[in-house]
Amino acid sequence: MMRLTRRAFLSGSTSAGLLAAPALAQGRARVVVVGGGFAGAICARELQRAMPRAAVTLIEANPIFTACPFSNSVIAGLRTIGEQRFGYDALRAEDIAIVHDQARAVDPQSRLVSLSGGSVLGYDRLVLAPGIDIRWDALPGYDEAAAEPMPHAWKAGEQTTLLRRRLVAMPDGGTVVISAPANPFRCPPGPYERASLIAYYLKTTKPRSKLIVLDAKDSFSKQRLFQAAWQRLYPGLLEWVSLSNGGKVTSVDPASRTLVTDFASYKADVANVIPPQRAGHIAELAGVSDATGWCPIDPITFESRLQPGVHVIGDAAIAGAMPKSAFAANTQAKVCAAAVAALLNDEPPSPPKLINTCYSLVAPDYGISIAGVYHPVNGQLADVQGAGGISPAEAAPDFRALEASYAAAWFRTITAQTFS
Amino acid sequence: MIGSPAAAASRVGALVLPLVFSAGALAAGPPPGATSCLGCHPTSATVNTPVPRILDRKPDEIVAAMLAFRSGERPSTVMGRIAKGFSDDEIRAIAVWLAEQPEKQ
Repeated sequence: MMRLTRRAFLSGSTSAGLLAAPALAQGRARVVVVGGGFAGAICARELQRAMPRAAVTLIEANPIFTACPFSNSVIAGLRTIGEQRFGYDALRAEDIAIVHDQARAVDPQSRLVSLSGGSVLGYDRLVLAPGIDIRWDALPGYDEAAAEPMPHAWKAGEQTTLLRRRLVAMPDGGTVVISAPANPFRCPPGPYERASLIAYYLKTTKPRSKLIVLDAKDSFSKQRLFQAAWQRLYPGLLEWVSLSNGGKVTSVDPASRTLVTDFASYKADVANVIPPQRAGHIAELAGVSDATGWCPIDPITFESRLQPGVHVIGDAAIAGAMPKSAFAANTQAKVCAAAVAALLNDEPPSPPKLINTCYSLVAPDYGISIAGVYHPVNGQLADVQGAGGISPAEAAPDFRALEASYAAAWFRTITAQTFS
Repeated sequence: MIGSPAAAASRVGALVLPLVFSAGALAAGPPPGATSCLGCHPTSATVNTPVPRILDRKPDEIVAAMLAFRSGERPSTVMGRIAKGFSDDEIRAIAVWLAEQPEKQ
């Protein structure tokens, strides 16, 4: 970026448009991003690109990020956990300050973030991309200790490989039970992709086994496509129990790996409890989450509706019709970065359009997708009417195989863009 | 929701700011929807993907492809569903923006 001449500065300074955030007076805009996942990492890079002279800091507790998309393939033994891991060297090389620490408090009035290690960072704009936390108090019996005998595997990493090991250890003829939560939660089609790929694993290696999905909902993402595929690929193996049919799990007993509904108890050889969730804890500490546990935002800037100067992107945000997906997180991050750059430059942010595309695998060579286009309407992100939708109900095997290959390609593309 | 009254008031004194950001450095930002394209289409030739690269192309090529996807004349898996969310003007603006973006080496 070119420095302005004094003349340009002086002529510009007469314009009212030059009023800016206080700390800018010290010479560099300071933007702090909390959370180095699919939302935060790309947001930091886009901010740095849009404002090369700004000081962009990314706070992330873990030196290595483990990606959730495609972690269901790890659970099914189709992929290694190593293929899910990404580091932050490329971001460091772009002059983004990476701080491996945990944000433990935000003071939106003084515009300060405190870290567990003791540092305090000032910011002109703060972007929170904390992802999800499990609600350990929402399902009786399911506390942190229960995640060992009954893994959730809804944050990728140890939990993913733990669930994998449990499946491998299960004898043929065993029963796997998955419990799926009510909306909203991270990755709406995720439980059903997981059920599909576990069913694939059972069919190919332990064909006398059974898989039951207990659901707190009566409908779910890409339902028609999933159910048609299940009928064709996994008849008699995979059973989905809807809310209306008594699928809602009301408590669990980790010691006996039992899931309890209002109508029955299910004793599992392998139990996977996908519990209710909320925005990552820092959202609550910063005062940007509401009673739902999620964060209301302005759909043009992703600025919190509760705390000025703080933006929330990715799974933690209430993004209207947009699902909590890695693709959505990526596109929200870019829109937010452009808005933050505009705001710091005292330009009006322009109303965005955002796209989401989510692929799911129902078998290694059988992919399905859902897409959507979104825009701000009455303060919410709403579907652009007439756009989006799911893969066709009837399609030749090569169409499904093509979407499976696009799913894998999407993962390579988005992870390269975010971390390489 | 751009800032509190207190923050706005303290901005008044911040007149050295323009030294930091050169005029027009941020231009108008990407047009609506443009950055989302790069969720699937690679920004670098090094990514192994069957999805075509769309940076640094002639805008007319992108416009023609999008209109053909939108009408269904050109078959696709997801592009038809996505193209239906954009007007002619929006497609043109995106195509012009994409053409201006360099590929990452």
